[in-house]
Amino acid sequence: MPKTLYDKIWKQHVVHDFGDGSVLLYIDRHLVHEVTSPQAFEGLSVAGRKMWRHESVLATCDHDVPTTDRSAPISDPEAKLQIETLDENCRAYELRYYGMDDKRQGVVHVMGAEQGFTLPGITLVCGDSHTSTHGALGALAFGIGTSEIEHVFATQTLVARKSRNMRVMVDGALQLGVGAKDLVLALIAQIGIGGGTECVIEYQGEAVENLSMEGRMTLCNMTIEAGARAGLIAPDEKTFAWLKGLPLAPGHEHWEKAVAYWKTLRSDSDALFDNEVRIDASKIEPYVTWGTNPEMGAPISATVPDVAKEADPIKRQSRLKALEYIGLKPGTPLDGIPVDKIFIGSCTNGRLQDLREAAAIVKGRKIAPTVKLALVVPGSGVVKELAEREGLDKIFKEAGFEWREPGCSMCLAMNPDKLLPGERCASTSNRNFEGRQGYGGRTHLVSPMMAAAAAIKGCITDVRKML
Amino acid sequence: MQPFKTLTAKAAYLPISNIDTDMLVPKQYLKTVKRSGLGRVLFAEQRYDADGAPRPDFVLNKNPDVQILMAGENFGCGSSREHAPWALADFGIRVIIAPSFADIFYNNCFKNGILPLRLRAQEIEELRAKDMPITVDLENQRVTQGRLSFQFEIQPSCKEALLEGLDEIEKVLKLKGEIEAFERKHFEEQPWLGTFHA
Repeated sequence: MPKTLYDKIWKQHVVHDFGDGSVLLYIDRHLVHEVTSPQAFEGLSVAGRKMWRHESVLATCDHDVPTTDRSAPISDPEAKLQIETLDENCRAYELRYYGMDDKRQGVVHVMGAEQGFTLPGITLVCGDSHTSTHGALGALAFGIGTSEIEHVFATQTLVARKSRNMRVMVDGALQLGVGAKDLVLALIAQIGIGGGTECVIEYQGEAVENLSMEGRMTLCNMTIEAGARAGLIAPDEKTFAWLKGLPLAPGHEHWEKAVAYWKTLRSDSDALFDNEVRIDASKIEPYVTWGTNPEMGAPISATVPDVAKEADPIKRQSRLKALEYIGLKPGTPLDGIPVDKIFIGSCTNGRLQDLREAAAIVKGRKIAPTVKLALVVPGSGVVKELAEREGLDKIFKEAGFEWREPGCSMCLAMNPDKLLPGERCASTSNRNFEGRQGYGGRTHLVSPMMAAAAAIKGCITDVRKML
Repeated sequence: MQPFKTLTAKAAYLPISNIDTDMLVPKQYLKTVKRSGLGRVLFAEQRYDADGAPRPDFVLNKNPDVQILMAGENFGCGSSREHAPWALADFGIRVIIAPSFADIFYNNCFKNGILPLRLRAQEIEELRAKDMPITVDLENQRVTQGRLSFQFEIQPSCKEALLEGLDEIEKVLKLKGEIEAFERKHFEEQPWLGTFHA
C-alpha cells in the first residue's frame, strides 16, 4: 500500500502495538529546556528510576534567560532557580547541555537544528509545542507535556495514537517581499487554528521546495498554530547541505549511508491523504494578524473585518472580544496602524536568514521616533556570531535597534522583555494571544521583513513598497 | 494518579472557543519547579483584576466548587505547558466538556486524572441550559443530566488509564525487553543514531 512520509517514519518507530489504536513509539531524540522539565526530573528521581538513554538528550535554557548583559546575575529569583535547577539536573544525569555561558545556547528549536541534532526520519520530542519546527528537516517532531517528558526519560518511548495525514500543496512562487511567515499566516487564516487538529501536515509543492531551510522551519514551526500535531517536509539536497558538517550530524563514516536512507523519506506519489489544501503562493501578500489568535490575520491591503457580521455566535463573541482587546475598529486599514515596539526573533523567525531579510530593509534607514523599543534577539549564540560576522548587528544598531543576547525573549515575555498594557507590537513571533507579550500588550504577527518595515515607518506597512 | 470512574457535580460554562493554555495559566506562573498550588492562578487574567482582586462576574469566582468545565471548540490550544491541567486539577476540575480539544492538552489531561470529553456543541448547549448537576460515567461513556443523556467516544487505552489511575511508565517498563531489542535493531539499521560524531 502506498505510504505517506508520516506513515513511513511512524512505522519505523513502532516498538509495540497495543492493538487498541495506540502503539509504543520509540523516541530518538529529546530536547529539554528549563520551564517544562523540572517536574519531570523530579518525578524520575522520586520514583527511583534511571534515565533510559542520556545521549538522546540535548538541553539548553531559553525561555527565562535575560537577553541583556550575560555577566550580570539573573535578577528574577524564580527564573534563576529554574535555570539553576536545569544546570543541576543536566549535571546529575550527564546530559549534553548548552547553558547560559555557552556560545551554542539558544532558543531550543533554533539550537537543535543548527547543531545537527535534528535529522531526517527521526522521532524528536520536546516539552514545547513549537517542536513542530524540526519537521522542516523531515523529522517527525512534536511537543509533549511534562508527564510525557518523564515518560521519555524513563522509557525512551511514548504511548501514542497515529494522527491523520493532511497535505498542504503550495503551487507557484512567492512574490518578492513575501516569505514563509506570510505563507503560513495565510494558511492558518484559511483553515483556522483548529484546522489541523489530529493531523500531521506534510507540505509539498514548488513554493515549499524553493524555501530556504530557515523558511521551511518557519512554516513547520507555525504548523502547531493550525492545531496540527506536526509539520513535515521531505528532505532534499538543501536539507543534506544544511546538515553536512554540523557538530551532531552523522560524520563522514556514516554520511553516505545516512543520505542514501534519507533519500527514501518521501511520500509515495500515489499515497492517500485524509484531507488536502491547495494554496497559490503567487496570490499571497504580506500578512498581518489583527486579532488575538493566529487565524485572525489578513493581507496587508485589507482592513480590520466587521466581526459583528460573523454568523457563528461563539466565533462572533470571540472576535468581538479580540477587537476590543486589540483596540481596533472594523474597517481600519491594516496598513498604517501605529506600533510602539518591534520584536525580531523567536523560534519562528530568529535564524540567520530571518535577520538577513530584516537587515536588508533596515540598512541605511532609521527607526521612526515614535517607536519606543526595537529589539533584535538572535535565536542562538551561533546565529548571533554569524550575523555579527556579516555586520548585521551594525546595520540594526545604526538604525536604532537594540542587539540582544539569544533567548525566547518577548515571544512569551517570561524574561524582562515585555510589552506594557496597551502597547502595540509588530512581532515576528508565533502567538498573538491576550497577554502573551506582556499583560495588556497587543501583538501583530508579521514576517521579519514586515517587522523591519514597521520599525522604520512607525506603523504596520507594506514592505513591498520599501524593496 | 487519582482514578476516575463516575462524577456527579456542578458545571461551569465558558462560552469561548479556542481557550488557549496561556489563558489557562499565564506565563508569569510557569517559573515554578513544582506541580502543586497552581489552582489559584487558573484563568488568572480573567479571574482577577489588575490589583489581584477576584472579578465577581467571572464564572469560576461565582462557582468555586465546580468540578466540570464546559467550553467551546479547540480547548487547550497553544503551548504544551502541563501547568494548564495541573492548575485545572488543583482547582478541582475533573471533567472538561468541549466539542474538540487541542492534541497536546488532550494527552496531558489523562496524565493528571482529568477526563477531556467531546460532546457536540448542541449537546453542550442543552446541558448548559439547565442549571443542574451533571453525571459523568466513564465506564459506560455516558453524560446524564435529568432526562438528558449523551454518549461519548474515548480511546480504550485512555479510558483504561483513567479508570485504573495507573502509572503508565510502570506499565511500559514491563516491555523493557522489547524496547531494548527494538533499539538494537534500529541502531544497526541507522548506526548514525547510536553515536555522536562530536
